[in-house]
Amino acid sequence: MKKYRIFVTGKQGIFDPAGKTAQNALDNLGYEGIKDLKIGKFIQMNCDDAVSVEAVTEMCEKLLANPIIEDFRIEEVGA
Amino acid sequence: MTGVAGATVAVAATAATTAAGTTTTAAATAATTAAGTTTTTAATAAAAATAATNATNATNLHFGGVVFPGSNCEQDVVYALRFLGHEVSYVWHQDTDLAAYDAVVLPGGFSYGDYLRCGAVARFSPVMDAVSAYAHAGRPVIGICNGFQILTEAHLLPGALLRNFGLKFICESVPLRVEQSVCKWLDLAQGTVLRVPINHNEGNYFCDEATHERLEKNGQIVVRYCNPDGTRDAGGSAPNGAFDDIAGICNERGNVFGLMPHPERVCDGLAGPHATDGVPFFKVIASYVEEVRGA
Repeated sequence: MKKYRIFVTGKQGIFDPAGKTAQNALDNLGYEGIKDLKIGKFIQMNCDDAVSVEAVTEMCEKLLANPIIEDFRIEEVGA
Repeated sequence: MTGVAGATVAVAATAATTAAGTTTTAAATAATTAAGTTTTTAATAAAAATAATNATNATNLHFGGVVFPGSNCEQDVVYALRFLGHEVSYVWHQDTDLAAYDAVVLPGGFSYGDYLRCGAVARFSPVMDAVSAYAHAGRPVIGICNGFQILTEAHLLPGALLRNFGLKFICESVPLRVEQSVCKWLDLAQGTVLRVPINHNEGNYFCDEATHERLEKNGQIVVRYCNPDGTRDAGGSAPNGAFDDIAGICNERGNVFGLMPHPERVCDGLAGPHATDGVPFFKVIASYVEEVRGA
């Protein structure tokens, strides 16, 4: 059994109002030094050993992320 | 019940007044007859009166309205198009044949629960291959709200729809400015201001600079959000934060049109002074359909 973790985040320059709101809230709570806070998606996938990183990359490009607005990063857990 | 019937009859009478001289009598008679019967009949009479009005202009078309699991505006679309004298059939997302239709509508709603991204899953529904082929053949496709989101996810229109800038679902009637475009669905003077409802959480249009330049250069920006007088603020006039106030765009050929506002909800004249502002969005496509047929 393989396990992948996929992180999908907004591309550079795409305004992330949810991230900005959370950052402002932390500012209001008195936490200092936060330069930037982005909110994205976390996807966890359990699959057969035969499912390659290349296949998962294709899944991301095709469906799980929208390359026009999002970047993605794939981690194989325990690899 | 009686009150509703009365209101519908009033519309029928209005339609009769605006209709060509020859149809006035028939429509008025239909309205009078309906007043004595049920609401349903009155509505039918109103539709009949409008059909009479439309009989004098363009060919009535056969629209296909695609229904995905989670679509919820397909009935609005069907109601509006029938009201305008067109024939409409529902097309299930598993269907793959669109040959019978003069034009295809992707209605609003929350296809597949808007999970992952709006339209991301619907875009792979079996019907979308057919929609894509239909669009590439130059035949008319309109995507409204979720339909627009699906068209961008399917790469039939450029860009993407992000979450509204203010993180709030917006439901209100907004002014829209018609731009000079190649769109086959709308033919109004540049600067015409229409008032059309929006009803979305992800209507914040985004595209990169290169795409934006192409949209401008090719005349693909069809409608923009604006102030009630048609002007635009330097900081943007889009209630959802849309880039360059873009509310609707078309493809290079002009046959595929996507917009976030809901013109189908302002077609029957029932809801106030701007209640027919949606009609122009479904009016001129008939002549394009004739053009395509003739080719």
